[in-house]
Amino acid sequence: MRLLLNIKLPAKLENLGRWMNGVSECARVQGFDEKKIGKIELALEEALVNICKYSYPDEPGDAEVSCKQDNGRFIIEIVDSGIPFDMTSLPAPDVTSSIEERKIGGLGIFLIKKMVNDVSYRREGNFNILKLTMKRDEEK
Amino acid sequence: MEIQTRKEKVAVVVSVKGRMDAVTAPEFEKNVIDLISKGEKTFVVNLGELDYISSAGLRSILALAKKLKEREGKIIFAGLRGPVEEVFKISGFSSMFKIFDSEETALREI
Repeated sequence: MRLLLNIKLPAKLENLGRWMNGVSECARVQGFDEKKIGKIELALEEALVNICKYSYPDEPGDAEVSCKQDNGRFIIEIVDSGIPFDMTSLPAPDVTSSIEERKIGGLGIFLIKKMVNDVSYRREGNFNILKLTMKRDEEK
Repeated sequence: MEIQTRKEKVAVVVSVKGRMDAVTAPEFEKNVIDLISKGEKTFVVNLGELDYISSAGLRSILALAKKLKEREGKIIFAGLRGPVEEVFKISGFSSMFKIFDSEETALREI
């Protein structure tokens, strides 16, 4: 497994572009096509926005994004030291309801799961670690 | 993201270009809310030149649709393509909203 990129910045929406550009460029160099890069960007945005909005309710903190490559698999790890939160455990939204019934929100993790080949969460010490895996040669 | 609005006889056409993400979606929402508060009730949103949308964009769209429902207004979409069309499909927005191939058809069928 080879480390390709590591960007640690304050968990603020204004930094979203720097993480997104870094990761897309990295995936491009690894031979991912634009369609898959779009999916990677979407999954990454959803994960980071969640951290920026909810991980640090009291004091500001950082989010760290790293990319690794392993035999056609592109692995993104997103780490924060905020409150313990497993976004993969959230229930799926009801995507069949009408405008009136449809609840605002809950789509972030749903989209992540649809965009990448695998999503997993683990808590290590004081850190939330969300791992996204995209396979270069498999459809998603 | 670039937003252009134009008033037609039957609706206000809002064309959005570029990326609608967590940073830019509030700007789109505010634009339309301003028009709603001026009394506009019918919107055709042309997403033909939108390259990317995340849940923040969907959230803004749903918030606007709810607001318009309360006022007996309407929001419909035109020109979706590529990743934007896919995100609309998987999130159920394609069945929640009326979507037309082109702005012209949307204006005709509204």
